Amino acid sequence: MIEEYQGVWVFIEQNAGEVESVSLELLGAGRKLADKLGVPLAGVLMGSEIKGLTPKIIAYGADIVYVIDHPVLKDYRTESYMKGLLHLVETYKPEIILYGATPNGKDLASAVATDLATGLTADCTMLDIDMENHLLEASRPAFGGNIMATILCKKHRPQMATVRPKVMKALEPDETRQGKVIEETIDLKEEEMRTKVLKIVKDVTETASLADAHVIVCGGKGMGDEQGFQLIHEFAEVIGAAVGGTRDVIEAGWLPYEYQIGQTGQTVTPKMYFAIGVSGAIQHVVGMKNSDVIIAINKDPNAPIFDVAHYGIVGDALEILPKLIEQFKEVRKKKGGEIYA
Amino acid sequence: MHIVVCIKQVPDTKIIKINPKTNTLDRRSAPAILNPYDAHAVQEAVNIRKRLGKGHITVISMGPPPATAVIKKSIEIGADEGYLITDRAFAGADTLATSYALAKGLEKIAKNRPIDMVICGKQAIDGDTGQVGPGIARRLDIPPVTNVLEVLEINEQEKTILVKRKTAGGYEIVQSDLPCLLTVEKEINEIEYAPLPNMIKAARYEPVIWTVKDFDDVDRSKLGLKGSPTVVGKMFTPPKPEGAKMLEGTIDEQVKQVIDIMMEREELFFETKN
Repeated sequence: MIEEYQGVWVFIEQNAGEVESVSLELLGAGRKLADKLGVPLAGVLMGSEIKGLTPKIIAYGADIVYVIDHPVLKDYRTESYMKGLLHLVETYKPEIILYGATPNGKDLASAVATDLATGLTADCTMLDIDMENHLLEASRPAFGGNIMATILCKKHRPQMATVRPKVMKALEPDETRQGKVIEETIDLKEEEMRTKVLKIVKDVTETASLADAHVIVCGGKGMGDEQGFQLIHEFAEVIGAAVGGTRDVIEAGWLPYEYQIGQTGQTVTPKMYFAIGVSGAIQHVVGMKNSDVIIAINKDPNAPIFDVAHYGIVGDALEILPKLIEQFKEVRKKKGGEIYA
Repeated sequence: MHIVVCIKQVPDTKIIKINPKTNTLDRRSAPAILNPYDAHAVQEAVNIRKRLGKGHITVISMGPPPATAVIKKSIEIGADEGYLITDRAFAGADTLATSYALAKGLEKIAKNRPIDMVICGKQAIDGDTGQVGPGIARRLDIPPVTNVLEVLEINEQEKTILVKRKTAGGYEIVQSDLPCLLTVEKEINEIEYAPLPNMIKAARYEPVIWTVKDFDDVDRSKLGLKGSPTVVGKMFTPPKPEGAKMLEGTIDEQVKQVIDIMMEREELFFETKN
């Protein structure tokens, strides 16, 4: 009976005792859904010696934290985590489960959806509740990204979705919030595990620097060719920004995949974002629209990028960028003069 | 070693056009291709066979009859044989129903030749879900290892594999028992140019076609649209935000305004003076 299933859950992804920020964002999104439905919001926390994280999960919006603390759960593995989550779902029957669309979140959600024979919507960018039918409306860009599709799971529970990092907003943590911690135990044996994590390496490569950059210059296929795209590199270098590209640019081989911004690349939220020669397909826009200030340059006055940008110039980037580079250098010279005078 | 690669024919989203009136996909405008991630999956199987000095590579796909083209393409890359599951009964499948059908196909293949490893692309570029691979692994009850960046070692005696796997914050080294299911990232390899004998073989190759009647143990309620718990509720263009303030004037004036906007957030570009 689907009526038995109640409550909104968020899978709390932790790595070496650190909660992934996407999980906190999902607590923010989950809070809204739970309030709309009038049901509690719960975080699901699995790992080894991770009980210390429960106050944080409550501060970020959870009413309940389900905890399974077990040495075998120290590192993420599909089989052990799936076993834990399936146990909780069968015991407490939630109506909705949200996961971060990270490698581990997607892996776990896909496996759990198969065992529960329920629906899973990937990489959602909007979540809402159809109040009439009490259904989760999970929306995502479809068909290469120029239109949104709302996916429903009418007859199966729980309704599940993965959500990209940096799409939803975390609540301001409230340390005074009260919540309940429910601990469960499951039977797991290391010798029964078919996979082992031998080493975990934190990466500080381009991908990380793009995500952390305060200013990003993103070029699209409007740059014409690989040579035209060099202007993007040059401009970024002069102003001290990170470089990104649209899916077209990556497909054309002008930039490696790590630099892709959008639904199938990275989601970024810099303080300033230049979209140059970028048309603004939805699949790109979902990856950058939460940037503080967006400046777009495009030849086509009707390019959808101008809908999300804060400032726009209709014009040829190949003509404008060299001037911009030149003028910025002028400003820098003057600034340098002031500082060192 | 018997490696089975699951592949999909997809519209080339790079070229695809959207009908601006209806906001839907103009499928006629897009050539159908082998999903790029799956091409890397086939290539990785070929690389593993080369590394071990022997092995058999089978590809399997589900899709309409023209999908035989992607099986031929896989033969070109180096697969030994290919199967296409095609039947109206499978149409309209979401990821759950797709993993069910493909798992049934894999079980049928395994009856003749036990499977040591399954490889899938990380995701297909038309749906971008990445959900089918782990789903197949669950149905076959083998461990899934997703987002694989590199196959480091295969131990045929011990029946284990060592891989480098992408994570949210970097990567990890994972050892898995065989058989297992890998989903691979594009970085895992470079697609090699097909040798001439492969191209000749591919041109003449006719894949084995399976319809629903070829499966004696399928639960029809789990197939296609009927077996799919998710449905598309509505399609819409997202609400339009306010829109940009358009900068006016000559190019030089516009550039000047951009510089002014940047200087409003001067701290992003210049160290503060103190």
